[in-house]
Amino acid sequence: MLEIANLHATVADKPILNGVSLSVPAGEVHAIMGPNGSGKSTLAYVLAGRPGYEVTEGAVTFTTTRHPRESGDPAEQEKLGSRLRGNDEIDLLQLDPHERAAAGLFLGFQYPVEIPGVSYLQFLRESLNSQRRARGQAELSGGEFIKLAREQAKLLGMDAEMLKRPVNVGFSGGEKKRAEMVQMGILSPRFAVLDETDSGLDIDALKAVGEGINRIMRAPDKGVLLITHYQRLLDYVEPDRVHVLQAGQIERSGGPELARELEREGYAEAAA
Amino acid sequence: MTAPFPTHKQEEWRYADLDALKPVWEQFAEPVTLTVGAGESLEEIWLPAADDVQLRRVQLALGARAKARIFALNAAPVYGRIELEVSLEEGAEFELFAANIGTGLSTNEIVTNVKHLGVGGRSRQTIRSVLNGKAVGSYLGKVEVARGAQQTDAEQSVKGMLLDRGATANCKPELEIFADDVKCAHGATVGELDAMQLFYAESRGLDPASARALLLQGFVMGLWDCAKDAAAIREAAGDALRRVV
Repeated sequence: MLEIANLHATVADKPILNGVSLSVPAGEVHAIMGPNGSGKSTLAYVLAGRPGYEVTEGAVTFTTTRHPRESGDPAEQEKLGSRLRGNDEIDLLQLDPHERAAAGLFLGFQYPVEIPGVSYLQFLRESLNSQRRARGQAELSGGEFIKLAREQAKLLGMDAEMLKRPVNVGFSGGEKKRAEMVQMGILSPRFAVLDETDSGLDIDALKAVGEGINRIMRAPDKGVLLITHYQRLLDYVEPDRVHVLQAGQIERSGGPELARELEREGYAEAAA
Repeated sequence: MTAPFPTHKQEEWRYADLDALKPVWEQFAEPVTLTVGAGESLEEIWLPAADDVQLRRVQLALGARAKARIFALNAAPVYGRIELEVSLEEGAEFELFAANIGTGLSTNEIVTNVKHLGVGGRSRQTIRSVLNGKAVGSYLGKVEVARGAQQTDAEQSVKGMLLDRGATANCKPELEIFADDVKCAHGATVGELDAMQLFYAESRGLDPASARALLLQGFVMGLWDCAKDAAAIREAAGDALRRVV
């Protein structure tokens, strides 16, 4: 579903990713672990298309199985443009960030951004409807959207009143991460890259977030790349594969037991 | 007799578009006077008109414990000026929430002179400017605290957002204080849209133009939050923002 091939990237001319290759098939959750500075967040930003994160080599192919935009109507297909059409392989790096989102990619931010003056409801409604327009789907009405938002907030154990507040302003670290998962629930992406979604969470929040990831993203046609430092989130979200990123490359890959080994022995030991 | 035509040498007219003002000066030469009696309160919403050149020159006198709250949108296509001279007697409260939204070659300015005459007066001025092209947006705000006007609490918050390299924001808070037990806060920033906020919004599916519009809305619309009936000014500000994005 997501194929990363020999990906090299620089930030401010400094090479950070030095040939990352990784394949996440549909229906799987892959974890990426690695020491500080190994390039985990850079990988997440490159996948989402953050400006300033320059890809110098390599490719990322995103294949959405049975994409909702595939209506079968040729006129409809024509409107979408070749880069966003149906079941094809998408060259992710050719798309702008908002087009990647419309194609079904979601980035859970390590540090969710505050936007004063814009309520969460307005932010997410405009985001979702803009994605739906890009996919040729009907927009949700105000009522439909509020119902969806309330439902998702409730499932994540977040007070729906918080969605009336400006985006992330005055939210605690844990509330921001929970809100990221509410966003994911509302936007319902095909593929989620979650950058240290577990950091800053207390035990209850960790459990809620873990359950949220399973509920929203565990499906035969979805995939997850879970970036984390710790085993604890993986107790709730069992990964199919674990990869160790070091110095901008995948050093090792293995099953879920690799995460436990890393937790026990540390990165230096495990890499040796 | 008509008041003499201003010049750029006068500080309060320094950034004015005098060429645009000249033909219509007579109409605006004399300020309008508003008086709010002791203990009374006033709330006004000043919307932009359709004219190329728009001036509002107001003298506002607040009696003891009087309250005035002004919401103003300054978005003239050529030259807009909101000029407010406010005097506050003991315990009076004055609040101004105003925006300059300018596009093209326009000049929009908000010029205030807030005079705290009595004890315990409170003034709050919150100004936001959004400018594109070669537009100029200015805030010149003078706060005077008279001798004996102790426990004055005056605050000025001024922020400008420049969307293009050629746009200009002038922010000039000025204090003249003749009392020793007062609080006069002022802050001014000028910046561009935050790149990380834009990326965050785009990563959720908003195209760049919609993301910019949303962030600017957030920047400006908070001004009207405590207006009794904000619908009209919200709509006017929304229209003005659509012209600058």
